[in-house]
Amino acid sequence: MDIVNEVLQKAARDAEKFKPITVEKHLEVDLDPGNLLAFDTNEVEVAKLRSNSEEYLKNLTRDNVQILLNKVWELPTRRVEECVVVELPKPSYIIPRSLPVPKPREPTKWEKFAKEKGIVKTKKSKLQWDEVLKKWIPRFGYKKAAAEKEKDWVIELKGNDDPMEDQFEKKKKIKRENVAKNELQRMRNIAAARKIKVPQAGMVSADRLSSKDLHKAATIAKSSTASGGKFQASLPKEKPARDVRNLMPIAPPPKKRKAIITPADEKKTTINIIDKILNKTPRLDIEAAVNRELFNQDSERAEEKRSQKPKAGRGGKKKGGTTGGKKGRGAGKPQVARGGKAKGGKDAKGGKGGKQAGRGKGKRR
Amino acid sequence: MPSLQRIKKPTTHRGKRALLRKEPQIIEDTKKAFFVKGKKTGPLLADFLKDLYALKRPDAAMLSRKNDVLPFEDTSFLEHHGRKREANLFAFASHTKKRPNNLILGRLHDYQLLDMVELGVEKYTAMKEFVIEKIGVGIKPCLVFNGDVWSQMHEYQRVRNLLVDFFHREYLETVALQGLEHVISFTAADGMIYMRSYKIFLKKSGQKTPRIEIEEIGPSADMKLRRTKLGSDDLFKTACKQPKMLQIKKKKNVTTDGLGTKHGRIHIQRQEIDKIQTRKMKGLKKTAAERKEERTVLKKRRADLAASGITSKRLRTEA
Repeated sequence: MDIVNEVLQKAARDAEKFKPITVEKHLEVDLDPGNLLAFDTNEVEVAKLRSNSEEYLKNLTRDNVQILLNKVWELPTRRVEECVVVELPKPSYIIPRSLPVPKPREPTKWEKFAKEKGIVKTKKSKLQWDEVLKKWIPRFGYKKAAAEKEKDWVIELKGNDDPMEDQFEKKKKIKRENVAKNELQRMRNIAAARKIKVPQAGMVSADRLSSKDLHKAATIAKSSTASGGKFQASLPKEKPARDVRNLMPIAPPPKKRKAIITPADEKKTTINIIDKILNKTPRLDIEAAVNRELFNQDSERAEEKRSQKPKAGRGGKKKGGTTGGKKGRGAGKPQVARGGKAKGGKDAKGGKGGKQAGRGKGKRR
Repeated sequence: MPSLQRIKKPTTHRGKRALLRKEPQIIEDTKKAFFVKGKKTGPLLADFLKDLYALKRPDAAMLSRKNDVLPFEDTSFLEHHGRKREANLFAFASHTKKRPNNLILGRLHDYQLLDMVELGVEKYTAMKEFVIEKIGVGIKPCLVFNGDVWSQMHEYQRVRNLLVDFFHREYLETVALQGLEHVISFTAADGMIYMRSYKIFLKKSGQKTPRIEIEEIGPSADMKLRRTKLGSDDLFKTACKQPKMLQIKKKKNVTTDGLGTKHGRIHIQRQEIDKIQTRKMKGLKKTAAERKEERTVLKKRRADLAASGITSKRLRTEA
């Protein structure tokens, strides 16, 4: 029993020597060792705070730090370079981030398309065997341009190439255009990812405008008035360009929806078309027929007069010129000119004109 | 139609890296703070600002000029400087007749104002007044919040979050036990906020865990909460959103008991033990005669049952 007493006494003496590490609290202190935080929700004793604030605050804080560090000392430790470190758990008290959570990159137009079609990128080797040079050349990058230069010291003309055109310059131009196109597409992808509106009609290149582009530009220009182009005069049968229709301030009336075609309908329309072609009967338009008859008579009369006139007048130096030949309409045709037979234009003085023309051609001949 | 914004590609790898670094990261760097003086700053606040700067170093910048701005009326100055310095915490000190010794603490999210609180400093003792050995630079402090107000009032809850954000410095996975030498305490009571800062001394306790003693090193300030401009709960929630990668997934069927033993629960399908193929032995094999007898018995039974109208299928299941 002596030994037991001795041990107990020693423990008591030790306890006297050291101050306690335990703290009594009415409510438990919330701890977040991951952030080294201690939230003491116990009520502050205002009377003590007022009378001796510094001492009170110091003791209060000491107690809470003791509680916090008691917890920290329980955590697993490890030795790193002569120093004992404690592994802190994940912090539970959440603090706002400084920037929003990063979003995954928006797929490009091609990536979307490739995914839809199930196109998988295949890995290509960096070097490629060249049959002409008989050596391995890189597909891109360092030494590619040099190899290309070595290879393309002469460029063969293809079928319809203009022999006077500089093929090297042409090749360079194509390359430049491809680079520019790629850059434009990159921009478009970035714009789409950032949800920036891109002008549709403003992006055409100035040197080659297609009628479609011009139509688009015209449509936009026309709608760029205060009234949204409502009072702008339009050409007969003019329609706004399709691609920009929805960009315009005042939308045109909606398109009529086409009925869904059933096989029976299709059959009916086809039969109608065939009937129309097969049962074609000449249309009898009396007025038109009369008019044509009158015109023919008139022109015949005029022809007669014309053929008589030269004999009475200055006379043709060329025999061929005077006699019949073709009617006025063919005056400009080369075969007529060559024969020197041409006479006459469409107008009343056609005879004279035709002659002159005939003479001129004749002389040259 | 708006014209397409020019997006310049970085020409150098270094430039590219610099741009990438500025983009949102999954694991963010330590938040930086910047300290601004207003049009007029009394000596008290000048000291306070200096001390705060000393506590926040090296993740801090002190702007040396006076700035004639009123953050509660126009936050663009702070947002601009936050973006410029990539800093998200700020302290602004000003002294006017209406609001003497006014300290504004605030933070930005995505370089937009999130929270901002105004504290009137009523009593202040600077760090230089305390004649004691100071702590090292860049030490992660323990933060202690005393008082029930911190958790009861919404405004104070947000202020507490802001103060933790401002002073906690950084997330650490490990911390040296000897490096735990600084504590900042905030006590809210009596309509005041008492800020105190102490150095921690680890004393022998006769046990593994040390006995804690603390000594004040400053700064010490008695402050009153004035105006606040707190971001909406929605904004706060979005700002607090953690990346999915960092969220801890709950592990199913794994438990740890009181003794620290790990228990796993495994689910397996029912096993058909009677059909399991065990070791084949000649002695257990049926002889030809036995098999024949079995067959005849089965045949007979089948014939009987067919006569009474039961199909062979049912017979098999019954057997």
